[in-house]
Amino acid sequence: MLVFPWQLKRSGILGMNRRNTRYISRYNPRHLYPLVDNKLKTKLLAQQAGIASPGLIGVVRSQHDVTQLAQKLEGVEGFAIKPAKGSGGKGILVLTQQSDGFAKNSGQLLSLNELQRHTSNILAGLYSLGGTPDIAIIEELIEFDPQLARYSFEGVPDIRVIVCRGYPVMAMMRLSTRRSDGKANLHQGAVGVGLDIATGRPLKAVQQGMPVSHHPDTGCSIAELQLPDWSELLRQAARCYDVTGLGYLGTDMVLDKRTGPMLLELNARPGLAIQVANGCGLLPRLQRIDRLSEADVALPANERVARSQQWFGLT
Amino acid sequence: MNSRQQLPRFPLFIAVVALLLVGISLIVHRHWVYEVPLMHGETQTIWSVEASVEFHANGDAVKVSMARPQDQNGYTILKEAGASPGYGLNFIDDHHPRAEWTVRAADGAQALFYRAEVLVSQQNQGGSEPLAPPLRQVSWPEPYATAVNSALSRAYKTSADNFSLARELLKQFSRANPDQDVQLLKTHYGQQLPQLMVDMLQKARVPATLVYALPLQDGRRRQSLIPLLRVWQQQGSDVFQLPSEQSLTVLNDADVELLMWENQGAPLLDVTGGENSRLRFSMLRREESTYANIAENISSQHDFLNFSIHSLPIEEQAMFKTILLMPVGALIVCILRILVGIRTSGTFMPVLIALAFIQTSLVTGLVGFLLVVSAGLFIRSYLSRLNLLLVARITAVIISVIMIIGVFSVLSYKIGLTEGLKITFFPMIILSWTIERMSILWEEEGGREVMIQGGGSLLTAVLAYWAMSDPWIRHLTFNFIGVQFVVLALVLVIGSYTGYRVLELHRFRMMANKL
Repeated sequence: MLVFPWQLKRSGILGMNRRNTRYISRYNPRHLYPLVDNKLKTKLLAQQAGIASPGLIGVVRSQHDVTQLAQKLEGVEGFAIKPAKGSGGKGILVLTQQSDGFAKNSGQLLSLNELQRHTSNILAGLYSLGGTPDIAIIEELIEFDPQLARYSFEGVPDIRVIVCRGYPVMAMMRLSTRRSDGKANLHQGAVGVGLDIATGRPLKAVQQGMPVSHHPDTGCSIAELQLPDWSELLRQAARCYDVTGLGYLGTDMVLDKRTGPMLLELNARPGLAIQVANGCGLLPRLQRIDRLSEADVALPANERVARSQQWFGLT
Repeated sequence: MNSRQQLPRFPLFIAVVALLLVGISLIVHRHWVYEVPLMHGETQTIWSVEASVEFHANGDAVKVSMARPQDQNGYTILKEAGASPGYGLNFIDDHHPRAEWTVRAADGAQALFYRAEVLVSQQNQGGSEPLAPPLRQVSWPEPYATAVNSALSRAYKTSADNFSLARELLKQFSRANPDQDVQLLKTHYGQQLPQLMVDMLQKARVPATLVYALPLQDGRRRQSLIPLLRVWQQQGSDVFQLPSEQSLTVLNDADVELLMWENQGAPLLDVTGGENSRLRFSMLRREESTYANIAENISSQHDFLNFSIHSLPIEEQAMFKTILLMPVGALIVCILRILVGIRTSGTFMPVLIALAFIQTSLVTGLVGFLLVVSAGLFIRSYLSRLNLLLVARITAVIISVIMIIGVFSVLSYKIGLTEGLKITFFPMIILSWTIERMSILWEEEGGREVMIQGGGSLLTAVLAYWAMSDPWIRHLTFNFIGVQFVVLALVLVIGSYTGYRVLELHRFRMMANKL
């Protein structure tokens, strides 16, 4: 079934063509892309600017480093190993160190040898965009709020905030499910929860385009979802614009029990599904940002967040 | 809207208008001045045929004599020309029309060209009937002489006259499981089988000779002639197909017409003073206005405004005929991806697949494509377990694709499907990348996404194929260079479209504001 284009226009839905020409190619200069396509660069950049991100245990740059993996991991209880240029959560292993090897979340055990082979695969570019040679990053584990852990099946529930010219425009939380295989991608069956920019309260939740009220695997009511440190999370997301210079940015944040909001990764081509999760189109909000002057864009992050919360809040 | 948004649109508008103006005026100019019709159909078909003679000269005087085609049933030779720097060229029009190139001294690799414009016309009822050659005495060594005699006597018993004798004889040789003596001759004579046929008929006191015909296939290059058998009976003569394997595919195709190149058994090519000679043909089909003075049209080719592909040699023109179609295919891809939102694997891969479909015909192409890709995916799934590096992995896929194509060609030939041989027209590197991309997609996103993108690619390829094989579009793109400018203008307009894609109207249907 199709609807008429003007019906979508009235709802302010942003389409793929407009997103590409009016927002991505206008606000995101091509030479800045490597900053976000490489997680290590993003991470170092964020650290310099004081944006929290999961602690870096080590980097594996060459096949030679792979043999020294055991020394690098000595005394580390839990860690995540991921490709710097991976996309869509590919090649990420979350492991806890045990006496007889490394355990996955699901309980499956990996030997040091298997871990080394996985790392070699990352270096060879098995998970990177275009198969180019890559490096592996080893990060500390995120300890997410037990409150939030109830809303996720195996994966980390992350929060996607679209930031346009430094102003947070729309946000959603992505809950991995059994159907999405622990991944947080909406088209693979994760639940998208639209979040109110003003308060961080859930607005609406959808799975594969259909509204849901409870997490399909854990059964927790989504309406009761409450996110701590909401304004701080938005402020960190907004600062990513100052750091990268990318004017149309998808920031993926997580909430850590100890340090609060943390930056996981950045995306220079954020998808459009966030509109479905929010039940609301991006276009009116983006057009409001389009009209801002350079002076408005140069305001400090907390002022920008305050204005966004005032403009785009629904409650 | 602010000025930032307005600014880039203005030059775009100018560019689009300028391109449209240039394109349309080129089209109109060509239509009015050269009277090239806009519609396909109100035209006469002209085949430009180019023969190239290549040989290695020894340093002495060289004389090259090549048979030339003459007016015949359905074809009129409009114009003939030769290109041969340094050579004297004469067209000799006695009973055997020939082209003769002569030079006092030549050394090294030589290339001579002969070009004829052949008009397809139903009025022409053919030139003079070729004369029967004198009968010759032929003999064979044993055991072939016995085999020839028994084959002949079998054919003789079941025939009534020269034509039916020839037909009966040919039937014995083309049968799937021939008699033992015929099999013996087939194995021994192999490539010389056509000459053996002639000799056998001569032995039976039937005047016969080998003649050569050119299968007319648009845009083909580096073709060779097909030998046919001409048999005389009282006043008339008739031409028979020989049971030769190479010509089978061409002759079975009903669309292919034959131009008799050499009609009465004279040698095709005679080179004195050179060696390793080779005769190759390229040809091109062209539609010309019925009313235009064709001869004048051809002579005015060097005028600047008629700056067209048609002033190039035929071989290059044949190449351009396909190249000029590609923008149309690319336009289809633009429309489907930007306006409709179909996902394809590899942006312009569907255009290349569509080009292959033009060579293979649609159904054969689709079946072949699906077979090769699915077999390739199967092999690739094994390769992915070997943890190879990317370049090596794709190379392995390329080799497997070539093997798959080889196996399918042999298989289809063995079970008698000559159509299957066309599978070799597929661009193998592109196929390998398609397989690689689909297999990664399968691992990362699952089979559903492979079906979506694979289906999208095939749908795009089929639509591009329809557009590119449409006779009117082929006529326009080849005869009017202005069409390219119009296509470019359209692409610019599509490229600046910021509205919704058709599939987004479905994707966001829940969000529609119905008021």
